[in-house]
Formats: sequence, C-alpha cells, structure tokens
Amino acid sequence: MLVIEGLTAGYGGAPVLHGVGLGAAPGKVTCVMGRNGAGKTTLMRAIMGQLRASSGTIHLDGEALHGLPAHEVPRHGVALVPQGRRLFGPLTVAENIEIGLMTRRKGRAVREHVLDLFPRLRERLNQQSRTLSGGEQQMLALARALCLEPKVLLLDEPTEGLQPSMIRLIRDTVLKLKATGVAVVLVEQRVEAVLEVADSVAFMAQGRVTEVLPAHGLTPQSPQFATWVGV
Amino acid sequence: MRALSLHLAVLALLLALHFVLPAYHHANLARIMVLAVFAMGYNIAFGYTGLLSLGHALFLSAGMFGAGLLIQHFGLTAAPALLIGTLAGAAMAALTGLLALRTAGVSLMIVTLMFAQAGYLTLLYFGAVTGGDEGFPVPAAGRVAFGLNLAAEGPRYLVALGLFALALMGNLALVRSRFGRVMVAMRENEERSRMLGYNPFAVKLGVMVLSGLYAGAAGAFYGVMFGYVGATFATIPYSILPLLYVLLGGAGVTLGPLLGAVLMFYLIDLASSHTTAQLAVTGGALLVLVLFAPKGILGSLRERGLASWLP
Repeated sequence: MLVIEGLTAGYGGAPVLHGVGLGAAPGKVTCVMGRNGAGKTTLMRAIMGQLRASSGTIHLDGEALHGLPAHEVPRHGVALVPQGRRLFGPLTVAENIEIGLMTRRKGRAVREHVLDLFPRLRERLNQQSRTLSGGEQQMLALARALCLEPKVLLLDEPTEGLQPSMIRLIRDTVLKLKATGVAVVLVEQRVEAVLEVADSVAFMAQGRVTEVLPAHGLTPQSPQFATWVGV
Repeated sequence: MRALSLHLAVLALLLALHFVLPAYHHANLARIMVLAVFAMGYNIAFGYTGLLSLGHALFLSAGMFGAGLLIQHFGLTAAPALLIGTLAGAAMAALTGLLALRTAGVSLMIVTLMFAQAGYLTLLYFGAVTGGDEGFPVPAAGRVAFGLNLAAEGPRYLVALGLFALALMGNLALVRSRFGRVMVAMRENEERSRMLGYNPFAVKLGVMVLSGLYAGAAGAFYGVMFGYVGATFATIPYSILPLLYVLLGGAGVTLGPLLGAVLMFYLIDLASSHTTAQLAVTGGALLVLVLFAPKGILGSLRERGLASWLP
C-alpha cells in the first residue's frame, strides 16, 4: 500500500504541492484528475524522488520512500511511465526492454511476460524505438516500466494523443495489472477513460487534493468533473 | 556479424599496411593508431555517454608520465611501466570524476579543463623531476618489452596495432554489453535512466575510469614507443584533439576515432607543408563538417541509413 501524507514539494524552493495526502492500494486503480497546473505531474515526480519533499512522508508497505535517492525508488517497487514516453530513441525495442530489466535479476521470465502483454512489440524487437508509432512507443514505455515488476505503477497521461484502438489496449493492460495486484496511480484527463478503470478518483487543484471519491458513485455528469477538471 | 567482420577487416587492413607502407607513412600510422586509442577512450565518455570533457590531456599525460618517470627514475622495464602508466590514467580519471561529475554540461567542460590545467602546471612546478617544459627522452633500455625493441619501426608498428586491436575489440564488446546500453541511455535521458533504477553518478564514474584507462594506455605507449615524455601532452590542445577526432570520424561509432585520427593527422600534416596557419585549415574543415555532417562521417552515414548497423 502506497501512503502519501502531508507532502509538500516544488521546484527551486517554490512549493507546488501543499500537504498532499493520497493512498494507492494493491489491485486498485486510483485516478488523479485536475486542470493543467494542478500539480499532478509534480506529484508523480515527487513520489519518484525526482523532487525533494520539503515536508510530508511517502511510505510503501511501511517502508519510507521520502528522502531516498531517486534511483533507489524504483528498486523499492515503484515505476513511472512519464508523460511523453521518453524512450531511448537510438536503442532498439529489445534494448529498451533490456535496460528496464537490468536492475532486477529475473531477466528472461519478466521479458517474456511483458512481451506477452504487448505482442506487437515482439514483432518489432530489432526496430529502433524512435521509429515506432506513438501507440507502440507508449506500449514500450509501459513494457519497460513493467520490467521493474512494480508494486505501484504510476501512469502520467498514458493515452494522450493516441488513437482509440491504442487507448483500449492501454485500458485493458491497466485492468490486467489491476487483476494481478498492482496498485495503479493513473493521471488522466478523459472522464470516460477514468470511469472505465478507476476504483477511486482524487481531484487536485492548486497543488492540493481537494476530494477523493469512490469511482462507482461518479458519472460523467458528476459536478466534480466540471468543478475540478473543467469538463 | 557484419559489424564484427568490418572491425576484423579494418584490423587486417592495418596489418597488411605494415608490409606495404613507405617508412614515413608507416611511422605515421603507428602514431595514429595510438592516438586513435586515446580518441576511442574519449568516444566512450563523449560519444556514447554524452560526457563532454576538456580534461583528457590529464589522463593521457598521467599515463605517459606514469610510465616514463618509472623508467627514468626507477629503472623499470617497459612492460611494468606500461601497465602502471595505463592504470595511472584510470586512477587520475577516477579522482577527477569523483569531483567533476558532480557537475554536467558546460560546467563539466570547465571543471575538467581546470583539472587538466592544474595537472599541466604541476608538471611544470616539479620540473626537476618531470623535465618541466622540455620533458625528457625515455632511456633506450626502458623501451624494450618482452624482447621487442619498441624504438625500432617494425615492432613499434606491430605493438601499436596490438594495442589498437585490443582497444577496438574491447570498445566493440563494451558497446554491445548491457553496460554499453546503459551508457547510451544515460546520454539520451539521464533522468529516465534514474527512474529505471540506475545511479547516474556511478555509471558516469565507471565510464570516466574506462575512458581514463584508454587515455592512460595511449599516453604510456606513446611515450615509451616514441621515446619522449613532455608536458606538452598535458596542454589544452591535447584535450581538444580527441574531441576533434571523434567529431570528424563520428561520435558514438566505434570506428569513428580511427577515421577521425587518420583524416585529421594527414590534414594537419598536409596543411603544415603549405602554410604555417595549419590550424586555420583544420578549423575550416571542422566548420564544413559541422555544417554538412554534424554527426561526423560515420555518424552521418549511420543516421542516413547507409550503415545503420554500425555500432
């Protein structure tokens, strides 16, 4: 269980997050929604240790993640698929996956598992990742993160700019991961996509979590979407 | 397989040239191969990992003085002196890296440049031991390794080729290894690599040490083979030289340093026989290169898909 309490973090001494609290349970999808500039991506970066928290705590299964060097956080079971994918362009699909595997020692079995999730990547193993389509790049970014066998997977707007078939594939993958007990924190702007997969929805505004609601009580017409997301 | 065949073919060509080249070019090529090893080390740091250093003259001269001083003052034979010189380059790189790699980009360039200048001034300051500005010739007795007289043209060429072959195949194995992939990942996106659990400082320090090992080997062999050890090799031009070789031949391509070293060596050689402003000619050539083939010759070929398999 990922537990964030009273997290304050920002850039260059200017706080963006103000006392954020959030939880993500195994086998559940927690969606984070909010307008641009609400602090969603900053929250992802703070969880990953890329931004130093000035106060507050982040615990995973009782272990403190706050204060760890950023490269230690993935080793504790947290993986991020960042906005914009950020692959290693000159490397092939196989090499990108290999890099994801290197910090864990299970190699082949994990590689096969992620390639089973994304058979299209298996067909393109020797292709340079910069030459993949947007959807394929997103699959690869997700596959690479899954190589870390995360307990918590952070997805920052994974469907942004993708065609409907790819969006469905990402959704199905999220549901499969959920079924295997991974705690998923999904930053997403599209209400329909959120309601299809979410167990709970956290709304953010101006660096604060304003409301956390169970997803089953929400519909596209729920006023929270208009208030906090502007849709 | 294609890449391995090409590398072996290049080595075979260099061996064949041993038997056919006239004396002048034969001596030049031996020198070029050792300088290419220096540039290969630079390529590991800059071309593959994105570490733009301007301090590699320090590692080159650490190797050169490490070997030369041991021969000169302690009477060591060539083999242990070469080994210790090589390790001195790596040790100096580790020391520099521990401090300099806390910076990046332009700051790294400046900090490494300062380290190299400090090294150069140290060599001058201890002139009584190092020979100062004038340097010193390596005693003939210290230029014999395993019965081979490295002062003689034939053995010198073959030893230079052996060193180059070892460095080249080591470089090929490195870039094909997992660590090689991490180097490229680090160059492409350090933050993303960190998010996959890699410690950028540790990786870059490892790269710096490897790079220093190559530079140290080049320095040690150069000094012993060509019989002269001097503070000139610790000056700024010797930090810029490998950068030029790599930029010309192709950064992040294993054969780039050799091609760059051959072309730049002969460009300077030809220009200097016609004008005293040979550096202006070099500068002009680099300008053309940056405008029309910014990735270097082999890098541009690779980028345009003509040799996309080049490692």
